[in-house]
Amino acid sequence: MKTDILMVGVGGQGTVLASDILCDVALSAGYDVKKSEIHGMAQRGGSVISHVRIGKKVFSPVIPVGSADILVSFEKMEFLRYFEYINNETILLLNEGKIYPPGAAGGEEKYPDSLIEEKITIFKKYYLLNAFDIADKVFNRKVTSTVMLGKLASVLEIKPDIWKDVISAKVPPKTKGKNIEAFDAGYNT
Amino acid sequence: MEKRVLSGNAAIARGAYESGIGLVSSYPGTPSSEITDNIKMYDEIYSEWATNEKVALEVAIGSSIAGTRSMTCMKHVGLNVASDPLMTLSYTGVNAGIVVVVADDPNMFSSQNEQDSRHYARFAKIPMLEPSDSNEAKHFVKLAVEISEKYSTPVLLRSVTRLSHSMSVVDIGSRENVSRKNLDVNIPKWVMVPANARKRHFFVEDRLKNIQTDYDNDILNLASEELNSKKIGIVTSGIAYQYVKEALPDASLLKLNMVYPLPLGKIKEFSKKVEKLFVVEELDPFIENEVIAYGLNLQRLDRSLMGELSVERVSKLFKNIDFGVLRFPSEYDDIDKDLPQRPPNMCPGCSHRGIFYAINRLKLFASGDIGCYTLGLLPPLSAIHSTVCMGASISMAHGIDKGSNGEYARKSVAVIGDSTFLHTGINGLMNSFYNSGTSTVVILDNRITGMTGHQPNPATGISIKGTPAPQVNIETLCRGMGIKNVRIVDPFNVEECLDTLKAETAKEELSVVITNRPCIFADRSVISSPYFVIRENCTGCKACVKVGCPAILWDSEKRLAFIDETMCTGCGLCPEVCKFDAINKLGE
Repeated sequence: MKTDILMVGVGGQGTVLASDILCDVALSAGYDVKKSEIHGMAQRGGSVISHVRIGKKVFSPVIPVGSADILVSFEKMEFLRYFEYINNETILLLNEGKIYPPGAAGGEEKYPDSLIEEKITIFKKYYLLNAFDIADKVFNRKVTSTVMLGKLASVLEIKPDIWKDVISAKVPPKTKGKNIEAFDAGYNT
Repeated sequence: MEKRVLSGNAAIARGAYESGIGLVSSYPGTPSSEITDNIKMYDEIYSEWATNEKVALEVAIGSSIAGTRSMTCMKHVGLNVASDPLMTLSYTGVNAGIVVVVADDPNMFSSQNEQDSRHYARFAKIPMLEPSDSNEAKHFVKLAVEISEKYSTPVLLRSVTRLSHSMSVVDIGSRENVSRKNLDVNIPKWVMVPANARKRHFFVEDRLKNIQTDYDNDILNLASEELNSKKIGIVTSGIAYQYVKEALPDASLLKLNMVYPLPLGKIKEFSKKVEKLFVVEELDPFIENEVIAYGLNLQRLDRSLMGELSVERVSKLFKNIDFGVLRFPSEYDDIDKDLPQRPPNMCPGCSHRGIFYAINRLKLFASGDIGCYTLGLLPPLSAIHSTVCMGASISMAHGIDKGSNGEYARKSVAVIGDSTFLHTGINGLMNSFYNSGTSTVVILDNRITGMTGHQPNPATGISIKGTPAPQVNIETLCRGMGIKNVRIVDPFNVEECLDTLKAETAKEELSVVITNRPCIFADRSVISSPYFVIRENCTGCKACVKVGCPAILWDSEKRLAFIDETMCTGCGLCPEVCKFDAINKLGE
């Protein structure tokens, strides 16, 4: 198995912790794994991207252009920014919850609803879920990323138990139960 | 053996722990900050945030003299600040080992320039190691300590953003027990007066030759050869090695773990085993130039000297050469440029926003500095007009004053954060005071080093470990210098900011204006109930939208402003700029 997973979202959504969890899951399942992301100036409210590469032996920590197997978008429009990474086989997991970019919020630009509708059909397979609503139902917005991990687990060949062990070890102890619920909710959606 | 997935930075910290390093002093800077942020977790290591990189390296030198292995970590431009002690530390050599970690930022994700730190190794005539993943990053700290003590030299360990902020699998070991050496009392070695330094220069040249010879003769096991196809041989190092392995799996490789000095003899031997010899490296042609100068028949690559390499960039470099390389078709065009962007912005509730709003309103030229507040350059605030390096705002404002015979000092301010002020801004302020400057310096004292991840500094009152610590009072410091005009303002009080800036810039004297609100992340207790827009009162004038707060949104259909309650921190800036009493606090 070689799986290149691109996780994209908006700063503050927990994509970094989610991709950390994915790395530990891959290691526990016996794979080599590398991850790359950029932090610093491009933080709060900015577009964030984590490259996670899982396989027998991984070299570059960055997914080459046109090579992503799975694109996980933690926000409804963010996947549109990374088309150079996808190919005809790429699977899309999309949170339909929106976070308005400042331009769209300030009224000068439009949120690209019709472009999203048009572009998701390019993907070989796409799974849509409103992770904000699911997270709100389970606990609150803070478990959105765990809902998305649950959905990701449902398309990867790694046992849910491994995921749950890693999530339990990585999240704040008080929120462990809620995070496992959020994972299951995403997995079963 | 236990394995963990660690970032390059966390792995370097682990390496310091395992190799018995006893002291780490650093100044934060992306992408190096998390090394020392991780070091603080190890109780066996004394760690501290220093006021700047020069101070940090000098602390490390002292520790070495005292017999304890030491390390300092900084970003590439930090090494410019620390270069003064580094150049002479090369002459003195070390007692206990000294490792200087420098993290470059190809592509300038979070930096003001793209300098290649490898030149510092040649400039200072000291060795530089370059790991290619987290496991090597950890292991190379240990190697650096060994080389440092074996040859009596500081050793540079070079990272790049893509290594520091990437994660890969690391073998976890245990800490080496080292006993502290004795205090090194040795006047000819440590006192660099000319008579002693002249002798030490011979030592420096001999040491460099010895290291190079030992590298060539595999006494230092720092180069590895992977022989595959004879058609192409590639000399590479660091993160570039990973791109080459993936893009050109059939090429023969010579991987260099030390990039200065170079094993030119080994490279020559390698070149005889292949038909064509290339160097693949990021940024400057550092290895390439050395190899060509040595006289080897090397094929120069037509490579951009800007930005990061990648698997596809390496692949493209070889596409015109008859070699079976992978292709990376991007089947779909990038459409990011047509989308609404998410530029970085100052956070909701940021204490810098109000004073920038005032600077914008008064149309002042703002000589800026390095930190979160550099983001004040963005519209709608557009209130930063220059940024060069740490501390430059104050000295440049003084130059603006003197270079215009005082004229522009009436229309400009320097803007600097507390951490940057204590880093190197303070020197500029003394210079302005001594030379009868008339500029106005705004110190944004939010009591934290924000941009790099909220590290404490001397103005915070907290140590690196989170315990209470002595606190520098910036107002007292400025008054202590003898500056008369020192004013404290509330940056959320727009009228106060406007009046103070108007009054202080008008004076033909040096003024310091200090803002007194903490970073929203430094003190979460300042968050209060959110504001909301009273729709009946909102006229749609957009005055509140112009403060540039991410929590203030605009409904273009109803032509009304509204506030995202989940983002609003209740800072109270937007009701100040609303002339129609349309913004109120929830529950009031």
